[in-house]
Amino acid sequence: MRVSMDLELKDIPGQLLLALQPISDLKGNLISVVHHHEKHTPRGTIPVQIVFEIDSEKLDNLISRLEDSGVSVVRVGEERFLEHCAVIIIGHIVHTNIQDTIDKIDSTGFAEVVGLTLSMPRVNQPSSAFLKIDATGKKELNEALSLLKNVANKKDLLVIEPIETQFI
Amino acid sequence: MKQVRISIIGFGSVGQGVAEVLMKKQDYLTKMGLDIKVIAISDSKGSFINQNGIDLNSALEQKRQKGTVANVQKTGVEIINEIEHDVVIETTPTNIEDGGVGLENMLASFENGRHVITSNKGPLALKYKYLVDTANLSGCKFKFEATVGGAMPIINLIKGVLAGNDILSIQGILNGTCNYILTRMLEEEASYEQMLAEAQERGIAETDPTYDVEGIDAACKLVILANSVFDMDSTYKDVDSVGITKITPESMLLAYNDGYVTKLIGEVRNGKLSVGPRLVPVGHPLSVGDTLNVASVQTDLAGPVTITGRGAGSIETASAILSDLIAICNNDN
Ligand SMILES: NC(=O)c1ccc[n+]([C@@H]2O[C@H](COP(=O)([O-])OP(=O)(O)OC[C@H]3O[C@@H](n4cnc5c(N)ncnc54)[C@H](OP(=O)(O)O)[C@@H]3O)[C@@H](O)[C@H]2O)c1
Repeated sequence: MRVSMDLELKDIPGQLLLALQPISDLKGNLISVVHHHEKHTPRGTIPVQIVFEIDSEKLDNLISRLEDSGVSVVRVGEERFLEHCAVIIIGHIVHTNIQDTIDKIDSTGFAEVVGLTLSMPRVNQPSSAFLKIDATGKKELNEALSLLKNVANKKDLLVIEPIETQFI
Repeated sequence: MKQVRISIIGFGSVGQGVAEVLMKKQDYLTKMGLDIKVIAISDSKGSFINQNGIDLNSALEQKRQKGTVANVQKTGVEIINEIEHDVVIETTPTNIEDGGVGLENMLASFENGRHVITSNKGPLALKYKYLVDTANLSGCKFKFEATVGGAMPIINLIKGVLAGNDILSIQGILNGTCNYILTRMLEEEASYEQMLAEAQERGIAETDPTYDVEGIDAACKLVILANSVFDMDSTYKDVDSVGITKITPESMLLAYNDGYVTKLIGEVRNGKLSVGPRLVPVGHPLSVGDTLNVASVQTDLAGPVTITGRGAGSIETASAILSDLIAICNNDN
């Protein structure tokens, strides 16, 4: 499962490592860390948000390991992808390394490529890809899409997005 | 009976359509109390003038047989400057480099205090505000429904029927040629090149299809729409445009299998103008096929309103011009 957590760290060196170590010990996969170094809570602690993947049965174990090492776990939530979107990409997708494009989206932590269908008619001809992207929210989805368009632009790929169907 | 004297400057597909529609609707117009007299017609070779009203049937006949209506060596601009009349119907070819003869005709009309109705996008896609301001200063009416989407009455819908609504955004298919090519690519699972050739064979695409397939024609229409609805002063160069030439049938099939058709969509949203291929859910009001045009307007009171119709064609475009003419005659805005 994908989990997001709000932690509070003591304002002394080495605390972030202390918080992240148990995740890798339990074979979790860290996706993003937002570390507000300058911010302090009224309690004098430093707030940190992390997102990671972990087997759901290991979550309780992780939380107690964190608490034991003095990291306070303020909030635990399952990260849900609420927004979905389909996008077409046309061009020399394979030559220009599609994995790299997908990785860029996946590494955001708030969006993920959850489906890819590729159609390659002949060598040297442009291929077509159908990408499904999930994201945690509308803003995040738009951010992932602009990331994708940015990469596509550099690689001379055409991106076809769905029309805006929501009334704004 | 109210007599209205008009000229038709440009006697090609649309100009001739106007003549035919005026003949066809003569009784209708008479019943409305309108006596519309065409006192001059111009094409590229010269003009035909009859202060008592031209017999449109014989003008059309002469154009068909001789290729021109000209019986005097007068240009369209000379007609506008020299012959007394009320309304100029400007249907010369679109020029998006500098507005061309159309721009000249329109400015001459305003200078002489004549109202203008046009199907010519060029001048409006380049100098919208200048033209509208000039028309206003000279107390002339300036109507251009036919420039956007042919028979699809989008401008008059927004300005007339939807008056009082705030318009939040507009999306639409504004080029029938692209819509035809894309519709056929999906139907036949055929390449862009093949279906362009078919469209050319059927007279739907021009020999040089650049303006259509690169999204420039759609951008011109979008700009006119945006300028008139949102009171902007943009030119078609401000539109972020992508055409349809890179679209593959494979991509269309992939999208279709997931419930989408690929369309060339023009959009005005938050002051941003764009034309490009987009995925439209099958069954969505914008998912019309063939050569149809469609526009969807988001309004604050009425919600979304969608209108579809034929974007081109001689009689269809003349229909938009006729409704503008009736509005001017009736002193509507
Ligand atoms: N066709 C459509 O369905 C459609 C739809 C919407 C908007 N429009 C727009 O409406 C306008 C007319 O389209 P169309 O299809 O009728 O074009 P068209 O068939 O090419 O006709 C253009 C006409 O203008 C005449 N002309 C050219 N230069 C002239 C000049 N200097 N003075 C006077 N007349 C001149 C031409 O003369 P000759 O006959 O001697 O060549 C011709 O009669 C264009 O701006 C087009 O973009 C067309």
